[in-house]
Amino acid sequence: MTIADTAARFETVIGLEVHVQLSTATKMFCGCAVAFAAPPNTLTCPVCLGLPGSLPVLNRRAVELGLRAALVLGCQIEPESQFHRKNYYYPDLPKNYQISQYQYADHPPLATAGVLVFEVGETVHRIGIRRVHLEEDTGKLVHGEGRSFVDYNRCGTPLMEVVTEPDLRSPEEARLCLARLRVLLQYAGVTTGRMEEGTLRCDANLSLRLPGTAHGIRTEVKNMNSLRSVERALRFEQARQAALLARGEAVVQETRHWDEHRQVTFASREKEEAQDYRYFPEPDLVPLRVDEAWIARIRADLPELPEARRRRYVEAYGLPEHDAGLLTATRPMADFFEETVRHFPQPKVVSNWLLGDVAAYLNAAGLEIEEAPLAPAALAELLALIDAGTLSGRSAKEALEEMLRTGRGAGEIVRERGLVQISDEAQLRAVVDEVIADHPAAAGDVRAGKGRAIAFLVGQVMQKTRGRANPGLVNRLLRERLGAG
Amino acid sequence: MPASLADRPAWELRALYRRKAASPREAARAVLDRLEALEHRIHAYLFWDADAVVAQAARWESRAHREDAPPLAGVPVALKDNICTRGWPTTAGSRILDGFRPPYDATVVARLRRAGAILVGKTNCDEFAMGSSTENSAFGPTRNPWDLDRVPGGSSGGSAAAVAAGEATLALGSDTGGSIREPAAFCGVVGLKPTYGRVSRYGLIAFASSLDQIGPFARDVRDAALALRVIAGRDPADSTSAEIEVPPYDEQLAGEVKGLRLGIVREFLSEGTDGGVAAAVREAVQTLRGLGAVCEEVSLPHAPYALPAYYLVAPAEASSNLARYAGVHYGHRTARADDLYTMYARTRREGFGPEVKRRIMLGTYALSAGYYDAFYLRAQRVRTLIRRDFEAAFAKFDALLGPVAPTTAFRLGERTQDPLQMYLADVFTVPVNLAGVPGISVPCGFAGGLPVGLQVIGRPFDEGTVLNIAYALERATDFHAARPPVASAAR
Repeated sequence: MTIADTAARFETVIGLEVHVQLSTATKMFCGCAVAFAAPPNTLTCPVCLGLPGSLPVLNRRAVELGLRAALVLGCQIEPESQFHRKNYYYPDLPKNYQISQYQYADHPPLATAGVLVFEVGETVHRIGIRRVHLEEDTGKLVHGEGRSFVDYNRCGTPLMEVVTEPDLRSPEEARLCLARLRVLLQYAGVTTGRMEEGTLRCDANLSLRLPGTAHGIRTEVKNMNSLRSVERALRFEQARQAALLARGEAVVQETRHWDEHRQVTFASREKEEAQDYRYFPEPDLVPLRVDEAWIARIRADLPELPEARRRRYVEAYGLPEHDAGLLTATRPMADFFEETVRHFPQPKVVSNWLLGDVAAYLNAAGLEIEEAPLAPAALAELLALIDAGTLSGRSAKEALEEMLRTGRGAGEIVRERGLVQISDEAQLRAVVDEVIADHPAAAGDVRAGKGRAIAFLVGQVMQKTRGRANPGLVNRLLRERLGAG
Repeated sequence: MPASLADRPAWELRALYRRKAASPREAARAVLDRLEALEHRIHAYLFWDADAVVAQAARWESRAHREDAPPLAGVPVALKDNICTRGWPTTAGSRILDGFRPPYDATVVARLRRAGAILVGKTNCDEFAMGSSTENSAFGPTRNPWDLDRVPGGSSGGSAAAVAAGEATLALGSDTGGSIREPAAFCGVVGLKPTYGRVSRYGLIAFASSLDQIGPFARDVRDAALALRVIAGRDPADSTSAEIEVPPYDEQLAGEVKGLRLGIVREFLSEGTDGGVAAAVREAVQTLRGLGAVCEEVSLPHAPYALPAYYLVAPAEASSNLARYAGVHYGHRTARADDLYTMYARTRREGFGPEVKRRIMLGTYALSAGYYDAFYLRAQRVRTLIRRDFEAAFAKFDALLGPVAPTTAFRLGERTQDPLQMYLADVFTVPVNLAGVPGISVPCGFAGGLPVGLQVIGRPFDEGTVLNIAYALERATDFHAARPPVASAAR
């Protein structure tokens, strides 16, 4: 029996543990700012440094963002939840315990028992959410010159962990589930959800079993830095476990890291000790009480979710379903679209450019819209230039490319490159005459009433003017000259 | 010869300042003189700064007499060394924090400064407040001013001894299982453990977070009330501090107990209690009866389980609270380690004393997988039962009475080899911490020439009644006025 046969006989069982950084201005338990790239240990205070005598104070905004996520995921919000201490020693954790929320029956985390719904083609998947809980991030170790340093700037940054039930049945499903979760959380304003920046991190548990039997032994896969790598890593792990089982070997319960470069998972070198975190209720924080009124306020303030936006784009902007779906696929794209439309109120034109040239450029460059230096107002300016007849479509494409690359303004590029559209009749008539003289056969066809040949001649004029000729005007001049209707 | 300024209570200093009969500089000088005369024998302090004392006194010299001067203007106050002081060493009596100077003040310290207090220094204590005799300090024991061969109690022994000996007018301590009340009783001063949540713990080096509470030592009840008024109240930096108004405790002392119903805790006057201590407590009950209080026996049936429950809950929290002392970014770090694990292990082996290690191991065990339910969780259930005992008692009584400790101050070294004997010193104080209610120790007599304390226990946030009962007893007796011989001789 081949490995593929074995793999086919087994059912794959996957559960995800997703950490997202909450979009708050300050840390989870102190007033220090949350920011990237500040000089080491400048965003710290006695609390996040774990100095003797310091005490945590819960960030209300972080709770609100957690509640938003819980609502979006249809969770049961616990009226009273508890923080716990997770005890372990590591230099990036100054207190040597992390304040987190454990799932004790009588000490629940923020929210439990939710469901994440997503569609793949016609199939609707409903993935159980076991829990949503809040915790603090650790600092970062920096190694160099044979020494190790600790930067506590990140220490205490608010994190939310979402744990799914082991309801996923394939690596592709896992990727789609994560993508869906990410979009929902981005729309809800809970997180920026950028995997490459680490504001969204995903660990996955995968095991194989014969259908209808108990769960097999699982491995935990870490270090997957993109949606794509989640699918690839799990595919690798699925095949690896299947191969073991095909050989009659046992899967070892362990943590494995995804190596993006080699496209393999590997077991961590540290010996797996059964970690005992000795969770117990955090006595420095009072139980977190969430009443109905608070939940109602959070619900009322919930930002528009992707489905609602999609409907609005169809109904209010008159966009085709297809456009609306693509534009709302990520919140940054939808926000970009709306901001551009605010400056240039022709939604379909904006959509065409965003989904056409802009998307193509981003795809090729491997960027998300929010990572490109292009601003919505700049795109709107470009579209306005086309609309006013100042810029031809082709010149606009040229200018857009540079705008996406450099972030410079449309007007500036157009002036500098002399891209302004030629609408001067006398100037164009001279070019038209030249083209007619150079292509007598085509000109003859047009004269003979073969209308399709005119497109060739327009193209020749455009080429001679490096795309700057006003195509409508060129068309008219050619017809006048060749006496065609 | 009039009493030295070093022996005057704070409220009296304030009156003298107001009349310009004394000044902060004089009071500070008197306290420093006393300290310099006695410290080599008592060792109440781990650190003091005479220059800083003089400078602080000077700041209030021309203002302390004014009507609008803050409540502790020009009053010398000592701080237990587990309370963080910006720029001053703060060791919690541990080698592992030797040399540590916090970059911030505890909330109580900030409040004392605002109230005009002259901060004298940091007082000795059992390491991380774990102990009942101050013998667990890494820097040597403190001696009881009443008998230098005896312990001052603990863990806030330095604060109690400093106030008793006139080395400070007031002092702050912390009480997790009796660490204010027991040393107050042993040293013949007033010591108050407020309700859990009454005083901010921000800046108090944690021992057991769900039990720790800062409170004052004073030479009389009025002073304790005054100090509590200054340090109590909601602090946004401590989530467990209560949003409950702070009454002007010192102004509300009436000393009136007529008609008050007082419960005498049966379990606290059992055969384990020293005869002299029991006699002094009974005498105090008679005095209160004579003042019109209705005193009857009451039972706290689960009190006998308090000590074992406490020795699971407190070490469990401590094992986590003390994890941060590992040599990474402050405090002691071993000089001999080539890898992380060795650095952690050696740093902690070198930095912690035996009692702290014992409790860390006990607490780690109690929280371990497979033992959590049997130990930590069960101890928490006992805690709930004890709290209910108190609730039931307070349904019938306005306050409860009993001894603070089963004995008077014991001899240095007498219990150091037997941890269980040491733990028994807190057998009557621990239930109060587990229930989170306020308790005071007020001098109620002597046994064998050593002070005895009466414990008055009140309803949550009813420090007012507790202080008032203590004040009534104080006015009817003169035990609080007695000064230890060593202090009288130093005058």
